[in-house]
Amino acid sequence: MNRDVAHQGVNSFRGRRNDARARTHPAYWAFIVHRVSGIGLALFLPIHFVVLAQAIAHPATLNAFLDWTRQPAVKLAETLLVLALVAHTAGGVRLLFIEFVGWRADWQKTALSLAAAVALGCALLFALAA
Amino acid sequence: MIDNREPTLAVRIWRGDAHGRFERYDVPRHPSQTVLDVVSHVQQHVDPTLAYRFACRVGMCGSCAMTVNGKARWTCRTHVDAVAAGEMLEVAPLNHLPIVRDLVVDMAPFFDKWAAAHGAFAPTTTRHDDFARVAPSSAQRRAIDATIECIGCAVCYSSCDVVGWKPAYLGPAALNRAWTLVNDVRDGEGVARLRAVSADDGCQACHTHQSCTERCPKHLSPTAAIAGLKRRVAIAAIKGEL
Amino acid sequence: MRETIATNARAAAWRFVLQRGSAAVLALCVVVHVATMIYAVRHGLTADAIVARMHATAAWPTFYLVFVAAAAVHAPLGVRTVVDEWLGLRGRAVDAALVCFAFLLLGAGSYAVHVLAG
Repeated sequence: MNRDVAHQGVNSFRGRRNDARARTHPAYWAFIVHRVSGIGLALFLPIHFVVLAQAIAHPATLNAFLDWTRQPAVKLAETLLVLALVAHTAGGVRLLFIEFVGWRADWQKTALSLAAAVALGCALLFALAA
Repeated sequence: MIDNREPTLAVRIWRGDAHGRFERYDVPRHPSQTVLDVVSHVQQHVDPTLAYRFACRVGMCGSCAMTVNGKARWTCRTHVDAVAAGEMLEVAPLNHLPIVRDLVVDMAPFFDKWAAAHGAFAPTTTRHDDFARVAPSSAQRRAIDATIECIGCAVCYSSCDVVGWKPAYLGPAALNRAWTLVNDVRDGEGVARLRAVSADDGCQACHTHQSCTERCPKHLSPTAAIAGLKRRVAIAAIKGEL
Repeated sequence: MRETIATNARAAAWRFVLQRGSAAVLALCVVVHVATMIYAVRHGLTADAIVARMHATAAWPTFYLVFVAAAAVHAPLGVRTVVDEWLGLRGRAVDAALVCFAFLLLGAGSYAVHVLAG
């Protein structure tokens, strides 16, 4: 009988916690995508408004700004942004469906695949056009 | 002494309370062995001080629920062959509940939340009244059919990350029971139950992880029940009934 | 005590209604916005061209104001949940900060619409 020391950090009142092994099902990954993209968009949005207003208000700088956006690194960032936006939206529509139209076991995975496909498709369209 | 010709299984079992640790045991491995068999072997032949719960051992009572290789399961219905990662098994008490000792948790918070969600039937008739007549094909009874089989084993509660992040979250089982009663035409609780489940720690806190639905040994979907509660509560708020 | 439970219940229910309602509005706005951006990028529209098209009709500023308003409701409510669950922060101070965030989004967004589309 060996003794393993485990660094568990268990709170007396709240008990043990889940780890990654409990988070392997697709619906959980949909949640992570939704939450991470939401945080990213919430942080980006105020910046988007301010930069847009500044650039348009000063037309001379707008074209300079648009030139800056043509850099590959910026194009990549923009594509990721579009991906985040469409992923968050598609995932959100899936949730609205589950909550208001009803939960059905048979199309859960289909709905997830659809949301992911739409998100990736739009991001690809954007990346190819840009 | 383990016979060297017998296959063995290495199992790590949580010992102690919140400040405890995993201890390793080597047990004989048999075909069709369940995790409950393994735990029972340790208690009966290796260390009689190991504390754990079980009752029916045939997948009906839910008493033997534990965390096996990170996922909440009924140990009597979990074959070692199906879950052992390599030759290693890890058995811990259910998550999100205070550990009494070893594999035994305090179920009181789980049932306290059941009560807080108004998970009890509120009768409106007496023995002198006629029986209620509920058509089995009615939409409400069919909604109940999908949720009524819950036996309160806490596997869903243990699996839910929102419970882990928000200690006061009512949790999937309590909310599933609330939804069952919301659909019971005989119940008289009405808007009081809707108020009980509508809170930052109530039904609106569910993020549709579906960990509960994934792990429920009775194949229920608390996610669907909670979505029903969200709808019912939203409609009540809009109508000014809440 | 009963009053508090009822008040909290109503507040939570309305936060849900606003969050899902704004989500539905945003879903439509996002489809239009992404389609527009892909169109603009594909056709290599310059700044002047974009601004000119935005000024051409009242539909664009109206559309973007609705978009901004929906985002100003949706984002703070979403952030509220994340901050509670992952940072453990909740209470009146947090809610007050989020109301400020909502007004920040509304103000900055409306200003951007005014500049862009008149």
